[in-house]
Amino acid sequence: MLIVRIEPREFDTTSTQGARAHLRVLGLAAVVPLLVSLLLGGLIFLSNGIPPLHGLHAFFIAPLSDRLGLTELLVKAAPLALIACGLLFVFRANVWNIGAEGQFILGAIGATGTALFLVPQDSPFCLPALFLGGVIAGAAWAGVVAWLRAHLRVNEILCSLMLVYVAQLLLHWLVQSPWRDPQGYNFPETALFESSLMLPILVERTRLHLGVLFVVPAVALTWLLLNRSLFGLAISVAGRAPRAARFAGFSQKRIIWMTLLVSGGFAGLAGAVEVVGLTGQLVPRISPGYGFTAIIVAFLGGLHPLGVVAAALLVALTYLGGEAAQVTTQLPYAAAGIFQGLLLFSVLAFGFFSRHRVRFTRAVQRPAGQVLQASANLPANPSANSSTNPRVDL
Amino acid sequence: MVYLLPTGLHLGLHLVLHASLRRCLRMGLAVRFLGVLVLVVGLCALGVAPAHGQEDSPLKVAFVYLGPIGDHGWSYGHEQGRLAVQKHFGAQVETHFVEKIPEGPESERVFARLIQDGYKLIFANGYGHTRSAIRAARLDPEVRLEVATGSETSPQVALYSARFYEGRYIAGVIAGHLSQSGTAGYIASLPVPEVVRGINAFLLGMRSVNPDARLRLAWVHAWYDPPREADAARVLIGRGADILTQHTDSTAALGVAAEQGVKAFGLASDMHHFAPEIHLSSIVNLWDSYYIERVSAYLDGTWQSGRAWRGFDGGMLEMSAYHNMPAEVAEAARRVEAQIRAGDLQIFAGPLIDQAGAQRIAAGAVLDDTALLSMDWFLDGVDGSLP
Amino acid sequence: MLEISWLAIALTIAAASTPLLLAAAGELVVERAGVLNLGLEGMMLMGAVIGFIVKVESGSWFVACLAAACVGALFSQAFAFFVLTLRANQVAAGLALTILGGGLAAVLGAGYVGVSLAPMPRIPVVGSELHPWLGLLEHSPLFWLGLLVVVGVQWFLFHSRAGLVLRAVGDSHDSAHALGYSVLKVRALAIAFGGAMAGLGGAYLSLVHTPLWSEGMTAGRGWIALALVVFAFWRPWRLLFGTFFFASVTILEIYAQGFSLAVPPQFFAMLPYLATIAILVFLSSAYWRGRSDAPAALGKTFAPPY
Repeated sequence: MLIVRIEPREFDTTSTQGARAHLRVLGLAAVVPLLVSLLLGGLIFLSNGIPPLHGLHAFFIAPLSDRLGLTELLVKAAPLALIACGLLFVFRANVWNIGAEGQFILGAIGATGTALFLVPQDSPFCLPALFLGGVIAGAAWAGVVAWLRAHLRVNEILCSLMLVYVAQLLLHWLVQSPWRDPQGYNFPETALFESSLMLPILVERTRLHLGVLFVVPAVALTWLLLNRSLFGLAISVAGRAPRAARFAGFSQKRIIWMTLLVSGGFAGLAGAVEVVGLTGQLVPRISPGYGFTAIIVAFLGGLHPLGVVAAALLVALTYLGGEAAQVTTQLPYAAAGIFQGLLLFSVLAFGFFSRHRVRFTRAVQRPAGQVLQASANLPANPSANSSTNPRVDL
Repeated sequence: MVYLLPTGLHLGLHLVLHASLRRCLRMGLAVRFLGVLVLVVGLCALGVAPAHGQEDSPLKVAFVYLGPIGDHGWSYGHEQGRLAVQKHFGAQVETHFVEKIPEGPESERVFARLIQDGYKLIFANGYGHTRSAIRAARLDPEVRLEVATGSETSPQVALYSARFYEGRYIAGVIAGHLSQSGTAGYIASLPVPEVVRGINAFLLGMRSVNPDARLRLAWVHAWYDPPREADAARVLIGRGADILTQHTDSTAALGVAAEQGVKAFGLASDMHHFAPEIHLSSIVNLWDSYYIERVSAYLDGTWQSGRAWRGFDGGMLEMSAYHNMPAEVAEAARRVEAQIRAGDLQIFAGPLIDQAGAQRIAAGAVLDDTALLSMDWFLDGVDGSLP
Repeated sequence: MLEISWLAIALTIAAASTPLLLAAAGELVVERAGVLNLGLEGMMLMGAVIGFIVKVESGSWFVACLAAACVGALFSQAFAFFVLTLRANQVAAGLALTILGGGLAAVLGAGYVGVSLAPMPRIPVVGSELHPWLGLLEHSPLFWLGLLVVVGVQWFLFHSRAGLVLRAVGDSHDSAHALGYSVLKVRALAIAFGGAMAGLGGAYLSLVHTPLWSEGMTAGRGWIALALVVFAFWRPWRLLFGTFFFASVTILEIYAQGFSLAVPPQFFAMLPYLATIAILVFLSSAYWRGRSDAPAALGKTFAPPY
């Protein structure tokens, strides 16, 4: 009887041959997901009566063929990259903050609140104050999750998700009642900020604003913190082997607090940038789901800061492509979701195949007791093998 | 873009295949992604050469819709207008539409994209598209935008709307005749003057028949959210409303009304076939003549910004056929329609008393357009408040 | 001043709670098997669009519901393949399912926007004209199916051998594996059931509740169902109270507009989410004392020893 065996791939990266093999696998793991997504996407175009190449061109090339498209790509990718940078901290620490959407919204609220009520218009500190307001609000929202997770041991996936909805309702209340533009004919939005409270535009006649450049220091800082600091080491150790982290003297609670605050701060900053750079007012639809999309971006980017930038650009392109394709091919805008979902699925799949080898072997007839014996052979701590193995599975 | 291609391809190939092993291993997924991205974009670009526009091209007119054209309501009505424009001008114009463009900052990119693609005249049908339209108009001094029901004008951005409240009044008259309980239900979207005006006009119509009539509100805080509209319809029926009307863009309320056996009105386009057994009439918007007029104006160079606001006599509005009501009620409705059309009936004529009991306009006077365009108060008899 | 018909309120709440009940009952089984499927929203949308399309094309309510359930189950197997066979992260795979489902449903349903249906007939109750309160029993078949599913799940989990195995898998997949049970098979079946129920929940929205198809029409109901499972402490019976509470909050929010309450409606609408967090806090303290029903292996990847 033929059975399928899944074995971990091991590469001896010290030898050139091993490194070459590793590289080949890694290269495939990047190329194949994209090709698979494009292929499946092309099939979907075909099934809707659109020539696949024409559709793909409309989706991925046409939006980038002029200055407007390129700048819009950056404008769209910036919040995704900022949020995803923050998510790297939590995800690497095996803390599952999926409430970045709420933290983004709070960031937007914090910046708007600061602009409307706290800063004098002509102060030179007013712009930094807006960002500070956003970061603090976003971090505070994540702080709630941190407190619940660290001290009350509440499941962070569920409570961060619940707080997204609380944040959205809070936003709706603010724009509908207390912060509504008195001159706005009751339309749910705040008044426009003074132009002194807006970020300068970088390229004439586009929406490319200074806030997009925030991504550069954010990515650098993230890389430094994660790869070159004790904090980053503590995060990695806590994420991969909580017990080892305890022995090494890293406090689990501290790591939960720090990573969540950083993650919420980044999301809050993104929210503030969106308000101060782009909209100049708080509106109910301040986020078209950036917080959730950023989770995809973090995974697509392989939980690496530079990968996040590339993934943010790619995902932003699917959004722009969705809009552009709507004009040229009449596909619904939501078709962008198909590419995002396919990309994430294929990255998940090939993350697996780059780490595992699938082998077809002949099964050895084992006596019934063998199964039990196999599990008895597990290490003393079974969690090291499977259940709580916190390695981030791509 | 063309010059970038060879470089991009080379760079992509380099990153994927030839970069030094050590670096690639260390940078991991990140670099590979960038490389592959560049590679694939390059390949796709090679595969399909972008089409170029020809000289002496027709005027490109775009229509930006808030909802799906299949809503059979608001956006559907505008789409009929677009088709009429295309038919009327033939090869002189090239029209295109984009649907489901939300109000707010995201819409600015859509306007910018259309302007970049050479669209010179753009019609948008979302109240909240106005600010984005004004901002996007700066990209091209040639471009003109028009926003239906919008909030403010600029030299390049005009507003247009129908006097929907005239139709609302007639619907109110019918409801006043037909309602057993004297209570109608009104599914309201957002508390902008447009919606408030419709609510007040409906109540005035009802009270012209039944002075004790009441109108109950349910806010759904969206223009288009079918499940929420259905919930609101159920709640209103549960609160004793036996006639339903809505200021939302889907047919969900009619579906619920049919299920519960309650009569209901349609909005924006004739919704009769969605619920033939309970549908009374629809306030139908007609945009054909306005769109044709504005496109001609642009072609002639006589386009001017401003605010067009027309009712029955301006051809922007009509009532669809009257169904499911006694002949004398339909007759009464037709009579009121004729009076409004002829200007013999002023809908917002004093005395009007608001919910707080204050007199908004004295007997003998009529609310002017300025007051109508900023209306933010309800008449006595409306059960509900501004959210 | 405002007369309120409690009967009408109860009927409206029952209507609003049905999709939540169906989806949450499915997810409860999935979570009991130790898998957290965040893809509910995507599966519901797929069920909604396929149910609607099949109804329009075939005309049969039964076939439409069956198709919606099958598509939900089938679609959920994509998730199962990734988290079980490929051992992918459940959060990521679930989100991918949600996003993919939303996009696919939008493309599939593009030609069906604005098509209308007569609402699904309710099951008539003999003698309902005798007393208005008997009208309370008139619901769409899917409502009764929802109740049946809850009863069935309760029986299955706590009174059947297979249910015991499923709970064992969710509590400790290593022990279950050591005892010779196929963890992956149990989980795949649980995920399929969850998908089928989510598909039905979605179909309720497009076939009964509105009845029409519009993109993204679940509007977050999948996420609410996820919260409901926690709210119910992973107990099917409590799901009934949970859905009733969640649905009444959304419905009473519209009712409350008539009363000019001092509390803004948005705060009212926050209640279910805040209550869920409160229950999570409460549960975690119970967890501390070791009395919680939360599946211990929830969200954890199972890799069988070689």
